[in-house]
Amino acid sequence: MTTAVGPALLEETAEAQTPAGVMGPGAVPITLTINGKPAKVSVEPRETLLDVLRNKLNLTGAKRVCDRGTCGACSVLVNGKVMYACTILAIDAQGKQITTIEGFALSGGRPHPVVTAFVNNDAQQCGYCTPGFVVAAKAFLDRNPNPTYEQVQEGLGGNLCRCGTYVGIRKAVLEAAKAMKGGSNA
Amino acid sequence: MPEYRWPEMSKRRVMGKRINRLDGVEKASGRAKYNSDLNKPGMLHGATLVCSYAHARVKSIDVSEAEKHPGVKAVHVVAPAGTEIQWAHWEVAFVAAETELAARDALKKIRVEYEVLPHVVHEADLKKVQDRAKAAGEQIEGDPDQALKQAAWVSEGFYGIPVLEHSCLEPHGNVVSWTPDNKIELNPSTQAVTSIRGDMARAVNVPVANVHVHQDHIGGGFGSKFQPDRWGVAAAELSKKAGGRPVKLFLERPVEQVIAGCRPSAYARIKLGASKEGKIILWESQSWATGGFTGGGSPPIPYVFTRIPNQRKNHWAVSTNTAPIRAWRAPNHPQASFLTCAAIEDLAAKMKMDPLELFLKNVDLTARPDTYERQLKKAAEMAEWKKLWHPRGEGGKGHLKRGLGIGVCTWGGAGHDSTARCNIHPDGTVEVELGSQDLGTGTRTVIAQVAAESLGLNVSDIRVKIGDTNYPPSGTSGGSTTVGGVSSSTRKATLNALSKLFEEVAPALGAPATELEAVAGKIQVKGNPAKSITWKAACAKLGVKTISETGQNVPREAPKEGLNTGGVGGVQIADVTVDVETGIVKMNRLVAVQDCGTIINPKTAESQVYGACIMSICGALMEERIMDAITGRMLNNDLEFYKLAGIRDIGEILVHLEIDEANDKRGVIGLGEPPVIGGIAAIANAVANAIGVRVPTVPMTPMNVLNTLSGRMS
Repeated sequence: MTTAVGPALLEETAEAQTPAGVMGPGAVPITLTINGKPAKVSVEPRETLLDVLRNKLNLTGAKRVCDRGTCGACSVLVNGKVMYACTILAIDAQGKQITTIEGFALSGGRPHPVVTAFVNNDAQQCGYCTPGFVVAAKAFLDRNPNPTYEQVQEGLGGNLCRCGTYVGIRKAVLEAAKAMKGGSNA
Repeated sequence: MPEYRWPEMSKRRVMGKRINRLDGVEKASGRAKYNSDLNKPGMLHGATLVCSYAHARVKSIDVSEAEKHPGVKAVHVVAPAGTEIQWAHWEVAFVAAETELAARDALKKIRVEYEVLPHVVHEADLKKVQDRAKAAGEQIEGDPDQALKQAAWVSEGFYGIPVLEHSCLEPHGNVVSWTPDNKIELNPSTQAVTSIRGDMARAVNVPVANVHVHQDHIGGGFGSKFQPDRWGVAAAELSKKAGGRPVKLFLERPVEQVIAGCRPSAYARIKLGASKEGKIILWESQSWATGGFTGGGSPPIPYVFTRIPNQRKNHWAVSTNTAPIRAWRAPNHPQASFLTCAAIEDLAAKMKMDPLELFLKNVDLTARPDTYERQLKKAAEMAEWKKLWHPRGEGGKGHLKRGLGIGVCTWGGAGHDSTARCNIHPDGTVEVELGSQDLGTGTRTVIAQVAAESLGLNVSDIRVKIGDTNYPPSGTSGGSTTVGGVSSSTRKATLNALSKLFEEVAPALGAPATELEAVAGKIQVKGNPAKSITWKAACAKLGVKTISETGQNVPREAPKEGLNTGGVGGVQIADVTVDVETGIVKMNRLVAVQDCGTIINPKTAESQVYGACIMSICGALMEERIMDAITGRMLNNDLEFYKLAGIRDIGEILVHLEIDEANDKRGVIGLGEPPVIGGIAAIANAVANAIGVRVPTVPMTPMNVLNTLSGRMS
């Protein structure tokens, strides 16, 4: 019976005897690459990237909303691809390029074209889902620089907003696409 | 005393302009700090233990092992032995620890013994819950029995709309410290910066003056975030036990979805009677609703068409073992609009009459016949009613059926009690301070626009400071009263401060203070730009003095001043396509024609209407609390199975705000709630129009649509 159970499912006493070279169950030091810079941090293997960003690195642009890979409020870029930070363990994010909203939304005080377009089109109300949408929109536009209206709806389908700002978001992403042509600070 | 009235529409320079919200870049760049983002020095993390049973008595509770758990600094029990739990996810105990994970681990070491008691969690079938239903007493108007005999047409139907969850994206909670000097520093997520201070003070028996509240941003409230709540008070107790270290305690999503806010259901059997020509003469209803364990939730029916001459109404409040309701954006109105408009459209279908015509024929039964007539016609034009509407069920031969439907709304929305303070400093800088909050409506932005308009300055010249109890008191953001309140108090405070400045510069301009005006960054003699002084130079005359003046909006006096008022109507028309093979309802278009008063910022005002329409789509097509009869628990307490619309699901939304001179003269009227009311009714009616039968219960999910089509529910 026990042979079929992985270490993560063992009782605490058994976990304490985990062989050398295996992380945990206590905190372990790791280094993450966040917004181009190394960040040394001590994490438990079960900690999500989102919780480490928010609680240990004070990078709070990514929000904890559903905490279950549904709403997209915690969106970050991992090696350029948009991912939900609540579904990634911090230890699994080692060696990867992690970009948070803080990494690109303002450079030298100048807003990224996606941010500007969100503001121009009032694509936010309470704003809690907004950083996640901006990250998702940037990643989408990086891959689809000339999107159609329908593609925008598909591309941004992984994020939820409760205030109902989708009308503005659709317009904002199309406006940002136009603004980003010509190699702006994307 | 200055003339506070709003300047005429044509003379406004800043108000009425579509400027971007002032905190837009801060929010969209992730820089905005919500209180759930705070990481304070020495901060502990809280976690909440909830009860798994819907009805139980706590026999014993043992926290000793939890207290010994590494990293735990405080444990606080709120459901001691003997407590009768009345709904699942009732809070039992709270833990504060050095890390969130340690706090959660410690929860598992709390041993609670329960005596499990029988529960009731479903109210849709009134017969089954008679012993939990409290009758409100029969209400009769006119002579309903006689009207029933006279009626040439009688239509009967059953309709239901479920409990919904607020689902604020920022969960409820706070960061709070209660230090040994008996002072409390509170950073909540709240719609009530000013009043939560006193509520917290009372809850923990500390003088109000010892409590300081600060909040820059709130991530959604929708009516559910007014009180400190049991978890907020517990977090303060944890902080006290931990020697005053700040405690961060926000609810985790599975708990948030259950206990942090829901709106009441509404079910009704409705009988409508009409004359041969279609004048509605009779309303009879047996309605019931649950507002959780304490009951509550009573839809104001008949809705909008309140002057139906003969009425008989019976309502029952059903007590269930479910979490209590909270105010929800337009409390009880979306339910009432659905019940009423569905019944009216079913009457029209029975009469084989165009429902638009039936609504129009009966506008004299409303408090605003002219408004609704105008809006029905405008909405019909925008929705291409003439071209697209067809008699019920004649939606074409294929499996895709298109349909149109109507919903109506009404709301108050006058300004709340609010005091603003305007400081004009010798260097020319201007601050406007209020203990208010910006829920995403654009409160900061409209305050700046009003101040700039009043002082002859630009928006960029105004520093708006809100969200702190060191600023003058402002009302809670409920009932769509914030913009009316804060715009009026800001208008008065800024003009009061300006009067003082006029007195300072009057000698230099050689004219009495009452003859001066502030225009385009200058203070000048009225109508004489040649005799002027720049704003900066004028303020420099203050020397070391700062002008600090307040202005107050007092609701009962506001109508006299004309700055804000209440009372609007609105009409929405939905256009849907239903796939009768899959039961999927697709939104084509939702048209919203919305009555309004003075609009300070059309851009943020329109956003309110768009957002409200989208919330209606969620409620009409997806959202419902699903309770398990056996365990008494909510089954979909997450954001995966508690469905919200995504960007693909909403179709096109057309908004027409009735901004004009006549409406403008009414002053500011709140806009957050009215447009969220009529959409569910409109969409439900559009589905009925498309498929030929009434889906009796919202939401219009594939299951409910297919069950109806196969005769299982109708």
